[in-house]
Amino acid sequence: MNIDASLFAEAIAFGLFIWLTMKFIWPHITKAMDERAAKIADGLAAGERGRKDLEHAQVKAIEILHQARDKGAEVVEVANQQAARILEEARKEAQAERQRQVEAARAEIRQELNRARDALRAEVAKVAVAAAERILEREIDPKAHKVLLDDLARQIH
Amino acid sequence: MSQNTGITANQYIHHHLTYWTVGHGFWSLHLDTLLVSLTLGFVFFFSFWMAARKATSGVPGKWQNMVEALVGFVDQQVKETFHGRNKLIAPLALTIFVWVWLMNFMDMLPVDLLPRLAQWLGMPFGANPEHVYLKVVPTNDMNMTFALSLTVFVLTLFFSFRVKGPLGYAKELFTHPFAAHNLFAKLLLALPNLVLNLVETLAKPLSLSLRLFGNMFAGELLFVLIALLPWWVQWPLSFAWTVFHLLIITIQAFLFMMLTIVYLSMAHESHHSH
Repeated sequence: MNIDASLFAEAIAFGLFIWLTMKFIWPHITKAMDERAAKIADGLAAGERGRKDLEHAQVKAIEILHQARDKGAEVVEVANQQAARILEEARKEAQAERQRQVEAARAEIRQELNRARDALRAEVAKVAVAAAERILEREIDPKAHKVLLDDLARQIH
Repeated sequence: MSQNTGITANQYIHHHLTYWTVGHGFWSLHLDTLLVSLTLGFVFFFSFWMAARKATSGVPGKWQNMVEALVGFVDQQVKETFHGRNKLIAPLALTIFVWVWLMNFMDMLPVDLLPRLAQWLGMPFGANPEHVYLKVVPTNDMNMTFALSLTVFVLTLFFSFRVKGPLGYAKELFTHPFAAHNLFAKLLLALPNLVLNLVETLAKPLSLSLRLFGNMFAGELLFVLIALLPWWVQWPLSFAWTVFHLLIITIQAFLFMMLTIVYLSMAHESHHSH
């Protein structure tokens, strides 16, 4: 057995190293490890949250897309109806205008016809008087027979 | 080696088993044990302190990773064995494991390397090489192993007292492991209980210390003996023994740590069942 004072020296050294480890090494290392563990846990949770958020956002985006599509279809529908209505109105207006113009043209034609008829009537009366003058010469007094002649001329339409 | 220096095998072995000592009788110091163990202790402390000082909860560096792995390993062992709250046990276990392993690892150096270096270094100071002794492996010194185990022993007593109180501890000495229910039987069993408990308590530091010492002594001695063989046998044998011994030094360091944890956790447990 070689036991001597070295034992005490080594025991003191041992105590010193235990104290140093307890004071300067162990707390710092375990603290860093615990913090990292917490960080990793947080990161995983955040990742999970992000994934969920993304899912929600996707669902919402699809919903909004559907809404937009519906609204678009609605707008197109309304526009189509309006276009049809405008077209219908235009058509009616055009028809009325045509009717009016046709009426106007007809009235003018009738007027023209009447005028021609009057002119023709006067002409026929003159011709008839002239012809009768020639045939009857003196036997007919234009003054005495004017009423008769006018009546005759009126019968010509 | 012995052939070169012209000393006998007996002298060679004896030279390797002698400490570098100052002082006389009990009041002497083994300078080699102290020097190597303190150096290794500070190597342990400063290298781990470097990692601890810059320890980040972000991405750890290579060294921090290594230190964290060791700390995590020790922490796990402590948590599996000891369920109380004690700030000392885990750092103590880490100190024991790393320091003892480093001291054991000195056995892995070529057996003549450091002693021969010491002889060369001593020569300019007029030292006779024959009287320059250097036992490199600190755990191959009972002073070292007993210093460790007795410190653990003292801590065990301290925590026993703190948890159970001196009276409670004394009561346990007399009433366990054999418990009785009437006064007569209690008195009858008090002495056997005390003897058993004393033997058990004292056997702990003794076995803890001698187990480590014996393993390291045997390992060192085998290296010394291999060094006495012809050179062409030395290499394969040294290699084989080094590989095997690497396992032993790790197991011994681990065992010392584990038993320390077990003893200290036992100190925290009182026998409520009786």
